[in-house]
Amino acid sequence: MLDYGPDAILMTGLDGSNWHLKDYEARGGYGALKKILNEKITPEAVVAEVKKSGLRGRGGAGFPAGLKWSFMPKQYTGAKYLVCNSDEGEPGTFKDRDILRYNPHMLIEGMLIGAYAMGIGTGYNYIHGEIWAEYELFEQALAEARAAGYLGKNILGTEFAFELHAVHGYGAYICGEETGLLESIEGKKGQPRFKPPFPASFGLYGKPTTINNTETFAAVPWIINNGGDAFLALGKPNNGGTKLFSVSGHVNRPGNYEVRLGTPFAKLLEMAGGMRGGRKIKAVIPGGSSAPVLPGHIIMQTDLDYDSIAKAGSMLGSGAVIVMDETTCMVRALERLSYFYFEESCGQCTPCREGTGWMYRMVHRIEHGKGRQEDLDLLTNVADNIAGRTICALGDAAALPVKSFINHFRDEFQYHIDHKRCMVSVPGGYFSAESAAVERAA
Amino acid sequence: MLSAESLKKIDREIAKFPAGQKQSAVMAALAIAQDEKGWLATETMDYLAHYLGMPPIAVYEVASFYNMYNLAPGGKHKLTICTNLPCALSGAADAAEHLKQCLGVGFNETTADGRITLKEGECMGACGDAPVLLVNNKRMCGSMSRDKLDQLLAELK
Amino acid sequence: MPKVEIDGRQIEVPNGATVMDAANALGIAIPHFCYHKKLSIAANCRMCLVQVEKAPKPLPACATPVTDGMKVFTESEYARTAQKGVMEFLLINHPLDCPICDQGGECQLQDLAVGYGKGASRYAEEKRVVFHKNVGPLISMEEMTRCIHCTRCVRFGQEIAGVMELGMMGRGEHAEIVSFVGRSVDSELSGNMIDLCPVGALTSKPFRYSARTWELARRKSVSPHDSLGSNLVVQVMANKVMRVLPLENEELNECWLSDRDRFAYEGLNSTERLTQPMLKIDGRWQEVDWQQALAAVAKGLKNVQAQHGPQALGALAAPHSTLEELYLLGKLVRGIGSQNVDFRLRQSDFSADRKQTGAPWLGMKIADIGGLDRVLVVGSFLRKDHPLVANRLRQATKRGQQVNLIHATDDDLLMNLAHKAIVPPQQLPEALAQVVKAVAEAKQQPVPAALAGVKVGADAKNIAASLASGGNTGVFLGNLAEQHPQAVLLRLLAQELAGLLGAKFGFFGAAANSVGGYLAQAVPGAGGLNAAAMLAEPRKAYLLLNAEPELDCHDPRAAIKAMQATEFVISLSAYKGYALEYASVMLPIAPFTETSGSFVNAEGRMQSFNGVVKPLGEARPAWKVLRVLGNLLGIKGFDYDSSEQVRDEIVKPDQVAAKLDNRLNGLALELPAASGGLQRIADVPIYFSDAIVRRAPSLQQTQDGALPRAWMNAALLARLGLKDGQAVTVRQGEGEAAVNAACDDRLPRDGVRLAAAHSSTRNLGPMSGEISVEPR
Ligand SMILES: Cc1cc2nc3c(=O)[nH]c(=O)nc-3n(C[C@H](O)[C@H](O)[C@H](O)COP(=O)(O)O)c2cc1C
Ligand code: SF4
Ligand code: FES
Repeated sequence: MLDYGPDAILMTGLDGSNWHLKDYEARGGYGALKKILNEKITPEAVVAEVKKSGLRGRGGAGFPAGLKWSFMPKQYTGAKYLVCNSDEGEPGTFKDRDILRYNPHMLIEGMLIGAYAMGIGTGYNYIHGEIWAEYELFEQALAEARAAGYLGKNILGTEFAFELHAVHGYGAYICGEETGLLESIEGKKGQPRFKPPFPASFGLYGKPTTINNTETFAAVPWIINNGGDAFLALGKPNNGGTKLFSVSGHVNRPGNYEVRLGTPFAKLLEMAGGMRGGRKIKAVIPGGSSAPVLPGHIIMQTDLDYDSIAKAGSMLGSGAVIVMDETTCMVRALERLSYFYFEESCGQCTPCREGTGWMYRMVHRIEHGKGRQEDLDLLTNVADNIAGRTICALGDAAALPVKSFINHFRDEFQYHIDHKRCMVSVPGGYFSAESAAVERAA
Repeated sequence: MLSAESLKKIDREIAKFPAGQKQSAVMAALAIAQDEKGWLATETMDYLAHYLGMPPIAVYEVASFYNMYNLAPGGKHKLTICTNLPCALSGAADAAEHLKQCLGVGFNETTADGRITLKEGECMGACGDAPVLLVNNKRMCGSMSRDKLDQLLAELK
Repeated sequence: MPKVEIDGRQIEVPNGATVMDAANALGIAIPHFCYHKKLSIAANCRMCLVQVEKAPKPLPACATPVTDGMKVFTESEYARTAQKGVMEFLLINHPLDCPICDQGGECQLQDLAVGYGKGASRYAEEKRVVFHKNVGPLISMEEMTRCIHCTRCVRFGQEIAGVMELGMMGRGEHAEIVSFVGRSVDSELSGNMIDLCPVGALTSKPFRYSARTWELARRKSVSPHDSLGSNLVVQVMANKVMRVLPLENEELNECWLSDRDRFAYEGLNSTERLTQPMLKIDGRWQEVDWQQALAAVAKGLKNVQAQHGPQALGALAAPHSTLEELYLLGKLVRGIGSQNVDFRLRQSDFSADRKQTGAPWLGMKIADIGGLDRVLVVGSFLRKDHPLVANRLRQATKRGQQVNLIHATDDDLLMNLAHKAIVPPQQLPEALAQVVKAVAEAKQQPVPAALAGVKVGADAKNIAASLASGGNTGVFLGNLAEQHPQAVLLRLLAQELAGLLGAKFGFFGAAANSVGGYLAQAVPGAGGLNAAAMLAEPRKAYLLLNAEPELDCHDPRAAIKAMQATEFVISLSAYKGYALEYASVMLPIAPFTETSGSFVNAEGRMQSFNGVVKPLGEARPAWKVLRVLGNLLGIKGFDYDSSEQVRDEIVKPDQVAAKLDNRLNGLALELPAASGGLQRIADVPIYFSDAIVRRAPSLQQTQDGALPRAWMNAALLARLGLKDGQAVTVRQGEGEAAVNAACDDRLPRDGVRLAAAHSSTRNLGPMSGEISVEPR
């Protein structure tokens, strides 16, 4: 049995091989869909239930899902699209992959319910190119659903029709951004679009479109089965339900854990087996690499929900918890993250295209003992000149780590500049100054 | 230009999209073509442009935007190792170093015997299994310790 | 209509207007690079960031829709900080090589950097280097490191030219503007990308490094190469035309130029220019002075007149000549007593002469073409013959205009055609007749008796349905229709169709003065011979004005024979050309850049211009030469002081409209059986169209300047036992040409496409009719 923790409601009863339709049905799967269709629950009532549940988008921004669904133009008679964002590529995040490979029908059912609620006939699930096995498995799950009459025309003998397809990326983080993703489905470079217009009015092929994260959709059947109130009650007001947290880094048991929103971080750390080697916690990025880093002592006092983490100065984001212990060189860590954003910038807008490279090169210099006194202020200022001035949020995502790393660990950066070497000197430490250098063409 | 089997696969992809949106299948088509040919030559992109009714330059834009397309011939196998922070925290740097030592190449290089091309990758969405490595774009390998790397290299003839 | 306040000033703007639109309307300049009024909004440069009240971050003016009550600050500290931040980013990887950059002095980045840049760069890292590219003879991409990724060039291709030839490959900092793996840029509108590029990344290859902008004087002119009359800024230095740029005129060329209009100027500086009057004395050419030359001309003309009578003289003028030149030529010929003058050199059907009520023209304003909802184009190589009209239609089709085509070739027009009928040229009238009949039937109107036997095919039905479904329709006859042996029949059918549809109809017109030539009466009067007849019944003397008969006439073979057989040819031309072989006198006259004059474009707009440089060598404006000749021959009324005086004698600009009319009187509609056999389809490739472009080397190196080939579809190639690329002999009557065969599967059955107006095909017969092809 796969163990996602005692609070798990979405990821329970899974053993890695029981993902098939018959297994899902045995767990009561597609019950929510049947309930809606049998009891003729109206689309409006479905949206209302999702609103009530306090389900917030699991893709990063935490936007209330029910509210987003209510933006879809009801009167619009032409084609509308439903898109699932399974382009999980935010460093530290690996939860959607588990849903896709262990419980794909839950996602399909969630999308069916969404399609019903918004009057949508066609859907696409955009799957990260690197998880190819999951893409193929999801295609199989779709075939099962189609054969059983859950997809296609006259679903379960009703008028309701919905067709769902799997599409895949091929190596571009930016396609996780929803409009970049839409461009990619259209067969173009994944360059994000300027908003407005928003996808709800101008989305895929210019048609009204709703995009949600895999986990967001996956939570929907439970909400319909058990009621929005029950889901909300699992978490905290405005932070309904459980959430999958992907824990990586210096812990004993990295992996996904499903906990109620509002659970203390300390408890999650415990579930993940505590700090590897019993070392001291130094810093945690609580919501994927784009979220500001928090020093260990702050995060240890913080609960895992959107509002609490925001209050602590970071973001719950995608729920990717990257744990770093005392052996970690923060300059080196930032250097790698900055390299990531530099590599993954789509290149269309000036501040991101030019600024990410500038930031990376500066951090790289500092890490390699070539930092200058003025660099830290300049770095912060360059980050400020990127944040909020780009087409999409990748600019912010690139700026936030830089600002937060310098903000919380300025003395470490200063030490690098002053002494041209690292102040971390725990022997044998992971990712410390002593570990082998990554040679990378700069 | 492409085998009947590949074309059939491409047609299946095209069918996923509304009429008049053949271009939507370009990413899948490029991946299918790459599987068959090993890399995307100019003629291959030109052919697909024609097949999908797109300007060749638009195909080229796509092929060069996404990391997993090979725009130049490489080794028989492509190993892409993630060195992003979560993987690095769990030994990706050492794993990459080990690979470089064993293969005698750096990133973006191919072994002298033409067997393996080594690439540095970005987050593959599997950080729980860090360090992770992708074989030929399709096969994900996790927790790549030195032993497991050695095993993999022995297997990839 | 939302109200917005920008920098304290209020304005009401239409729904959907952006902050940039509103600012433009107020005359407030917001710095920008990627925004261009004719292109889609990319919002990628971020230079136009402004402060919007209550917005949490600065917003791009170009992409932010105005909402009612919005307050915008474009110059506040907040906005300035954002703009300066963007400018700094733009400059970190941009080479600071303004002093050696071709764009220096006319660079938007340079201009703005002065206002928004910081003194010293804070960027201490290595700058990016981008490899140069070769995309053909017109556009230089040598300095791509300067590119700021605004994607204007890419969007231009996708949206205006209708063909995406440049793209941005790669991503992030590695993103680069490229063509597909080293391919050339072949669009006939490509040069506009040079104008659009806000920095010195895309520059003009012919102009590159030949001058600095501040050394250039800018003078207005009008393009002679097609019937649009594109407005030009001609840049000159040391009495030489260095570069041609568009002068914006929304009603004509908008802000664009075709590559022909832009790069043809190279032909003005050709070594083939005739710069000294020349006389053939005892079979040898000698340079003489004007006095000698003109005396010889007067004497020669008088001789011919005395020995053979005035009718022995014929005058042929290119339709690219100015109104004044055309008029004085006619006046001179008539003064001698002949009516043999014509400017319609490529026309072959003259049966409408003296049956028309006015000068044939477009039938409407050029600017109104985009507002039509249904269009039928008959017999036009639209994209190459009228690049900017094609663009108007291309843009209009995106707004729902339906364009239908009846033509002999199926070249990609880079727009979505509603329906088309592609037929061999001799069947054009039949195809149009089918549409007329189908429309009549659809509208339940009587079908003209002559069309009773016409069978309506599926294409015609579709076209008719499209046309009949509109409210505002235009029917246009293109160059092929105008040159067609049954041009008048086509015109009658178009007239009939327009009547049925309540549509406008007219001619695109091939050259700068296709309309003006009629106004200038450069057409035969009663008893006179038209251009074809003058060659078919050779004259004893010819006066050639800007004309190269072997390239400009409908039947070049007949023209060459006539020129060789005659006694006395006077060539008034800017070039030597083939006149060297047959002329007796060559008079160097000024091309449009060296003389004042007027063009009357397709819509009847008279545009007068001045010379932008002094005539080269001993060349003189043709109107002056003709005036002196008139005087020497003692003809009355040749005392002009200026070209304006000549023009005013012809027609006042405001009187032109009254003289335009496409209707034909007293001609009955008759539909003869079309001939069979292999038929020649002769286009005039865009860079062979007139004497100047033919001598523009860079244009000649483009794909469109390629050697003519005998194009036919695969079935015909097979039937003739030919292979694609094989060397063949093409025969037409007694003439023959050695070319290569080529395959174009979109060509109609039994049609062989072989270009006219090129020396390799000048020994062939007319631009239409039967032809044979065999292996060489
Ligand atoms: C650079 C960038 C990368 C993103 N990557 C992802 C991703 O991998 N998966 C995802 O679901 N959302 C991602 N997002 C967020 C999406 O844009 C979008 O907000 C989300 O898919 C909406 O779904 P939700 O409301 O269910 O969270 C990303 C956003 C940005 C700016
Ligand atoms: S912020 Fe970066 S990734 Fe987003 S649109 Fe701009 S260049 Fe592309
Ligand atoms: S002009 Fe607005 S972003 Fe470029």
